[in-house]
Amino acid sequence: MRVPLSWLREYVDLPAGETGRDVAARLVRAGLEVETVEQLNGDLKGPLVVGQVLSIEELSGFKKPIRHCFVNVGDANGTGEPQEIVCGATNFAVGDKVVVVLPGAVLPGPFPIAARQTYGHTSAGMICSARELGMGDDHNGIIVLPPEYEPGTDAIELLQLVDEVLDIAVTPDRGYCLSMRGVAREAAAAYGLPLADPALLDVPPANSYGYLVKVADPVGCDRFVARTVVGIDPGAKSPIWLQRRLQKAGIRPISLTVDITNYVMLEVGQPLHAYDRGRVDGPIQVRRAQEGELLTTLDGVKRKLSAEDLLICDNSGPIGLAGVMGGASTEILDAVLDPETGESTGSTEVIIEAAHFDSVSVARTAKRHKLPSEASKRFERGVDPEAARAAAQRAVDLLVLIAGGTAEAGVTDIAAPHPLRTITIAADLPDRVAGTVYGRETVARRLQEVGCSVAGADVLEVTPPTWRPDLTDPYDLVEEVIRLEGYDNVPARMPTVPPGKGLTEAQRMHRRVGVALAAAGYVEVNNYPFVGEAAFDALGLEKDDRRRRTVKLVNPLNDEEPALRTTLLPGLLGALRRNVGRGNTDLAIYETGTVFLPKDELSVAPRPAVDRRPTEAELAELDAALPDQPRRVAVALAGERLPSGWWGKGAQAGWADAVEAGRTVARAAGVELTVRQGQLMPWHPGRCAELLVAGTDRVVGHAGELHPRVVKALGLPDRTSAMQIDLDLLTADGAERVTGPTVSAYPVATQDVALIVDSAVPAADVEAALRAGAGELLEAIRLFDVFTGEQVGEGKKSLAYALRFRAVDRTLTADEATAAREAAVAEAVARTGAVLRGV
Amino acid sequence: MSAPNKSYDPVEVEALKPEEVERARDEALAAFAAAGSLDELKQAKVAHTGDRSALSLANREIGALPPHAKAAAGKLIGQARGAVNQALARRQGELEAERDARVLVEEAVDVTLPFDRAPRGARHPLTTLAERIEDTFVAMGYEVAEGPEVEAEWLNFDALNLGPDHPARSMQDTFFVQAPDGSADSGVVLRTQTSPVQIRSMLDREPPVYVICPGRVYRTDELDATHTPVFRQLEGLAVDEGITFADLKGTIELLVAKLIGDGLELRWRPSYFPFTEPSAEIDLQCFVCRGESIGNPDRPCRTCSSEGWIELGGCGVVNPRVLIAAGVDPNRYSGFAFGLGLERILMNRHSVADMRDMVEGDVRFTLPFGMEI
Ligand SMILES: [Zn+2]
Repeated sequence: MRVPLSWLREYVDLPAGETGRDVAARLVRAGLEVETVEQLNGDLKGPLVVGQVLSIEELSGFKKPIRHCFVNVGDANGTGEPQEIVCGATNFAVGDKVVVVLPGAVLPGPFPIAARQTYGHTSAGMICSARELGMGDDHNGIIVLPPEYEPGTDAIELLQLVDEVLDIAVTPDRGYCLSMRGVAREAAAAYGLPLADPALLDVPPANSYGYLVKVADPVGCDRFVARTVVGIDPGAKSPIWLQRRLQKAGIRPISLTVDITNYVMLEVGQPLHAYDRGRVDGPIQVRRAQEGELLTTLDGVKRKLSAEDLLICDNSGPIGLAGVMGGASTEILDAVLDPETGESTGSTEVIIEAAHFDSVSVARTAKRHKLPSEASKRFERGVDPEAARAAAQRAVDLLVLIAGGTAEAGVTDIAAPHPLRTITIAADLPDRVAGTVYGRETVARRLQEVGCSVAGADVLEVTPPTWRPDLTDPYDLVEEVIRLEGYDNVPARMPTVPPGKGLTEAQRMHRRVGVALAAAGYVEVNNYPFVGEAAFDALGLEKDDRRRRTVKLVNPLNDEEPALRTTLLPGLLGALRRNVGRGNTDLAIYETGTVFLPKDELSVAPRPAVDRRPTEAELAELDAALPDQPRRVAVALAGERLPSGWWGKGAQAGWADAVEAGRTVARAAGVELTVRQGQLMPWHPGRCAELLVAGTDRVVGHAGELHPRVVKALGLPDRTSAMQIDLDLLTADGAERVTGPTVSAYPVATQDVALIVDSAVPAADVEAALRAGAGELLEAIRLFDVFTGEQVGEGKKSLAYALRFRAVDRTLTADEATAAREAAVAEAVARTGAVLRGV
Repeated sequence: MSAPNKSYDPVEVEALKPEEVERARDEALAAFAAAGSLDELKQAKVAHTGDRSALSLANREIGALPPHAKAAAGKLIGQARGAVNQALARRQGELEAERDARVLVEEAVDVTLPFDRAPRGARHPLTTLAERIEDTFVAMGYEVAEGPEVEAEWLNFDALNLGPDHPARSMQDTFFVQAPDGSADSGVVLRTQTSPVQIRSMLDREPPVYVICPGRVYRTDELDATHTPVFRQLEGLAVDEGITFADLKGTIELLVAKLIGDGLELRWRPSYFPFTEPSAEIDLQCFVCRGESIGNPDRPCRTCSSEGWIELGGCGVVNPRVLIAAGVDPNRYSGFAFGLGLERILMNRHSVADMRDMVEGDVRFTLPFGMEI
């Protein structure tokens, strides 16, 4: 809602020196969201006056038409002589009244005006266009004023050029502030000043000879006021003040009748509609549409109606979408000037509709037809049903005053009974909610200020005003009291919080995982979870891969990515590529977040009642309709993992780093991993590790180098590697309590063994066999070399291990250590077919 | 080696003459002093204290002396040898110290050589910012509660007093999840706020409830410098007997002091949220210009767009209707709730000009934030 300060002052006698910013600050503290305070022509300086064109000489020989004019500006130029002005516009004639800016003035820009030589003549000033005066961008032409103004009259005042406009974003609960009346009420309360309510008008009572209206749906339309005005001069134009107010409020002037309905809507908040009575066929009816019925609205669009749409109809059928937009067939006809007779033709008799429609019905219709209008915006948020009569009267008065019309005596007013809502509220409830003491008197006074009537002592019976449909609960009233008393005046204090339990194990684990990865050189990224088929194709997933079963959005931002991720990799690899594209070549990044896995059995979430706690069954149904959303962590690496430098060569990132990242994550979670060869796209079939919780068969993730085809499809650096692990599966195991080890102070006995095994035998199996065979004297085992080549034979590899033996209670003899080693080797031979290499 | 000779006259033994002993001693002392290195000292040591040295030879002659002369000669030689050994040890010490010092000089390196062999990592500032706020509240006794990002409409809207036709429901541009039949009537959305976690918290536990709910939320905004369709919220909820608006103010003031610093003014603007009543927007005085940029074109402020205030978030007293839907007795309990946008706080607290930097995952953006902020 755009509120010109000059207009606001008509209803509230604000202090003279109060600026737009001052008023805005007060309104903000009362809860109106003033987004901007626009200074209209703040830097404009006169003289800017009314002039009358005395003569026009068309200059030729230039690229565009140029006029050399003499203009009577009265005494404004100090001499009374005609002002000589060169002008490039052509939409004015001798005798027209125009707006002239004289030398010494400054137009908005700032653009100082001085006399100058141009096109061979002196131009002492300018004839102004609307745009030059900040009156809207829509036309370039010269402003031609109505003839009644005297040359020399100050045009700054006349055109109300200097003003301030408050732009207020009205929250859904404050529909009444979509009017000058509502904003003025707030301003009056904020300043403690009286309000001149524009809806307080003398209105003749309803009678039986008004225009015939039948309301078939009194729920959808509980008020319908109709008035008729005849004898309107179709050539009459909106006066400057009316046009200017509409312009400042952001509404383009159209024609006098339409301008008046818009003006009254802005003033009192009641949307009005004007019908050309000559085009309405018989009585007006208000009813729901029949499915598929057609209506061409004012914007020229032919619309197919739904049975839920509320309509205004006549004998011919629909003539308007109630509360949303009128129909084209009964539209007010613009004045058309007949050049022969000099007379204007157009609508001369109008029906003014001031009705009250159900907010939900209007909202749905506006949404269904994608037709948000000034009217629907107001009805959705709630319009004062009692303002209808006054609004209609105001429109009638203006049509009589400005358009030369005659008000007919008939007054139609159909009103469904409107029971007054009364809210019972303990007088000290605002005190208890705010945590301070206002007292009954203050509470009652503040409620009266917003228009409530208040009765009672300790318990108040409060009747909210008709323009506040949002006030339904005791807490609504509490808010009114506290906001008007000022939030700043509520004291600050701390609640007494009972002792807490701290973070949960899972939350602590999630933090440790992030810290461990960052400490290991990974940088965290956050990616959007939106994916499409293309992402799965790039990962090389089979058509029946489970990861292609996704949660899909009805209204995705991008039609190519309508689904939610089932793996973190698409987003993460995208981030990797983005980084590479920006020249960050050595990369190790990680992401933690949820993936979205549809349940096997899909269902629809119920919508339980809200006046009680849902039942356990309802809660279970709610959760059953949601996909599984496990939390995962993933890493991606490319380029050098360890950089080369003056210290020597570095190391390329590879599959082993990805596996190690898995171990880093698991260790942070307090879980040991075992690793076995895996095969899963998008990983390289020979370089993919399955990550399992040690001692179980539970696969928690995968790690390794990506498949070269995936690397190519995604445009990633060669040998890009990645790891993904399900944190929820790690959490489930939890961190067991560690038993403190017995640390032996006896000397260590070290023995090395080299074993030759088939290339296909996993090193992990060999190590496991050695451990099992060595028994409890084994303190540690370390693979220190892997060797392939002629010496070990085709298809074989040599694994060299250092075994450390130690006893807790004695120094081991050489024989004991050797025996343990031999037992270890024997187990490896038995389990893996290993052959001991020459020691 | 000469054999003992009882008839030998000691006066006749040239080597035992006091002046000869003194000469040998002085020569030794001079040789040690002249030794410029440990090697030279070693040679001088062999020459002057070795078996063939004058003093060693003289020492051996003592045995040949008659008993009455042995004591005097022994003393003479002993003193001389003592002086020589002392000087040797001193010189040895001096030369070793010199050598050690020289080695240390020779082993000096350029310690300014860059060494970045271990790659550097970092956590995302939105993560660590959330943790910082969580920790502030956990220290007060709050719990951290989490919930699903794909959420039931009932929890995201209905239970929060946002009925199906509530105008505020269209304010929030919601991503709807497809129903099994492909329609929009799944009753499931991407949560537009973390408030459903508040509802879940109340459903899960008996009051008092003090929780903080961080998480990702979704709105159908296109990504630009100040908007992102996926962003992070952090909401707080306190439900207890006697909770008031004053408790909310105290809590927010404490948070701001911990998070941004002391001495900044807060502005409490009445606002509208269906789930709280009264509702407020909290504005923080711009900590860059402290409001001095308002109406002052000479000192524009980028942080607050010369408004003087920065929007921090929304809050209010929990609407009793919300308590009822979550199974909490509104006659006994009351509550407050607040919600903060972490991106906005990060932008303000760390002067981040463009929100896109937070979502694109460029490591150059994240690295400077390190492990904690
Ligand atoms: Zn600032």
